[in-house]
Amino acid sequence: MSNKMIKYSIYTLIFTYIVYQIIVSVSASSLTYYDLVFLLEGLERTIYISAVSIFFGTIFGVVFGWMKVSLGTFGNLILSGFLDILRSVPLIIQLILFYSFMGILEIDISVFWVGAIILSAYTAAFVTEVVRAGIESVPQTTRRAARSLGMTYWQDYRYIVFPLGLRAVFPAWISIVLSVIKDSALVSVIGYLELLKTTEELISKTQEALLLLLGIGLFYFIISYPISLYAVYLERKLKI
Amino acid sequence: MIELKKVHKSFGDLEVLKGIDLTVKKGEVLSVIGGSGSGKSTMLYCINAIERIQKGEVLVDGISVHDKSTNINTLRQKIGMVFQQWNSFPHLTVLENASLSPQIVLGKSKEQAEKIAKEQLDHVGLADKFNVYPGKLSGGQQQRLAIARALAMEPEYMLFDEITSALDPELVGEVLDTLRLLRKEGMTMICVTHEISFAREVSDNVAFFHKGIIEEFGPPSQVISNPTSEKTKQFLSKVLQ
Repeated sequence: MSNKMIKYSIYTLIFTYIVYQIIVSVSASSLTYYDLVFLLEGLERTIYISAVSIFFGTIFGVVFGWMKVSLGTFGNLILSGFLDILRSVPLIIQLILFYSFMGILEIDISVFWVGAIILSAYTAAFVTEVVRAGIESVPQTTRRAARSLGMTYWQDYRYIVFPLGLRAVFPAWISIVLSVIKDSALVSVIGYLELLKTTEELISKTQEALLLLLGIGLFYFIISYPISLYAVYLERKLKI
Repeated sequence: MIELKKVHKSFGDLEVLKGIDLTVKKGEVLSVIGGSGSGKSTMLYCINAIERIQKGEVLVDGISVHDKSTNINTLRQKIGMVFQQWNSFPHLTVLENASLSPQIVLGKSKEQAEKIAKEQLDHVGLADKFNVYPGKLSGGQQQRLAIARALAMEPEYMLFDEITSALDPELVGEVLDTLRLLRKEGMTMICVTHEISFAREVSDNVAFFHKGIIEEFGPPSQVISNPTSEKTKQFLSKVLQ
């Protein structure tokens, strides 16, 4: 039996056991059907806010990353300063501050968008560095060769830099994606009813803390693990 | 015709080219020799505007390369270039490497581009490697791929920048054979090279570069066999031993 099969067998065993335990415990607990629906809605919102933030964060990250390698020293200084703040201040503080500011300025904005904007900016700050590294991983000489064949600046990016850079930094981008999914739990502090927040409310209602935390731990795993599996598959497929 | 008129090029304070005058007519082969740091590769880069010049003028078929109104991407289609590091595109197969730019730059259809690419790959002896990735090729094969890739753009001029310098000695021959073939077909070429005997064999003219100027210029029978300048003599005695 190969190592891989052993690994997956162990995973399956643990997974089945936990699911079994949860089903048994849920049926014995005071959780109702509606509590579970409530929880699944939280799960849906977690996926939604993560997807939105990863989408916008990546788009802005790509633009900023490109700017970082293309701008002169001055532009770079401003951009880097801004991104360094986003990367260095804990996400939870950014969320609370931004949320409070919106309140002070009396701007009518939903908690979803407060969370999504901050999470996107936070994601963009990390994606920027990854994109910069990706662009710089493509040798200058290769790009010269592309230009010498008559390719324009953007054709060089589209056909040479992008495919090569992507291969170099794809794993790094995936780990950002996975951490954004988990970090999205922090949006609960401003009252967005995502997975963690719904769980907290259920805990205070039903007192089933251990069971519920185990359950949502499993949910986060169910979202994240397929992504990392798919990433490994893609990485192999793209490998030169 | 490629003409350089009083070309000056500096990197910061370092003046690499100090007034280069050079003419290469259609169908001619020019070899450029000289020590490292003499400016010969930089001169090549100035011809297709990979490097900008500070003073002077470079004309290709009468078009000023460094003029702001010149569309450099169009001009580069005329000028193929092969580098010391072969710079294959590692994510594309051999055939894709050679057929990419005819498609996206010249706007040819995939079939047309692949037809030309196959002809050129066949030309340099890579007919059995169409679907192989460059990583699986030897240095010599990759360098021949780079030549075919440039030729697939059907250029009128070819620039070669020390294309055998990074190769293992036993692979140099196959690449030089490809150049001999191009010479026979009448391609206009500028070869920056360290292969003195090759330069003597194929060139119409040889330019000896020394510290950013052309120290000696003329047919190989003169520059290589009977150099008049002391510096040329010194250089040749070093490389020929």
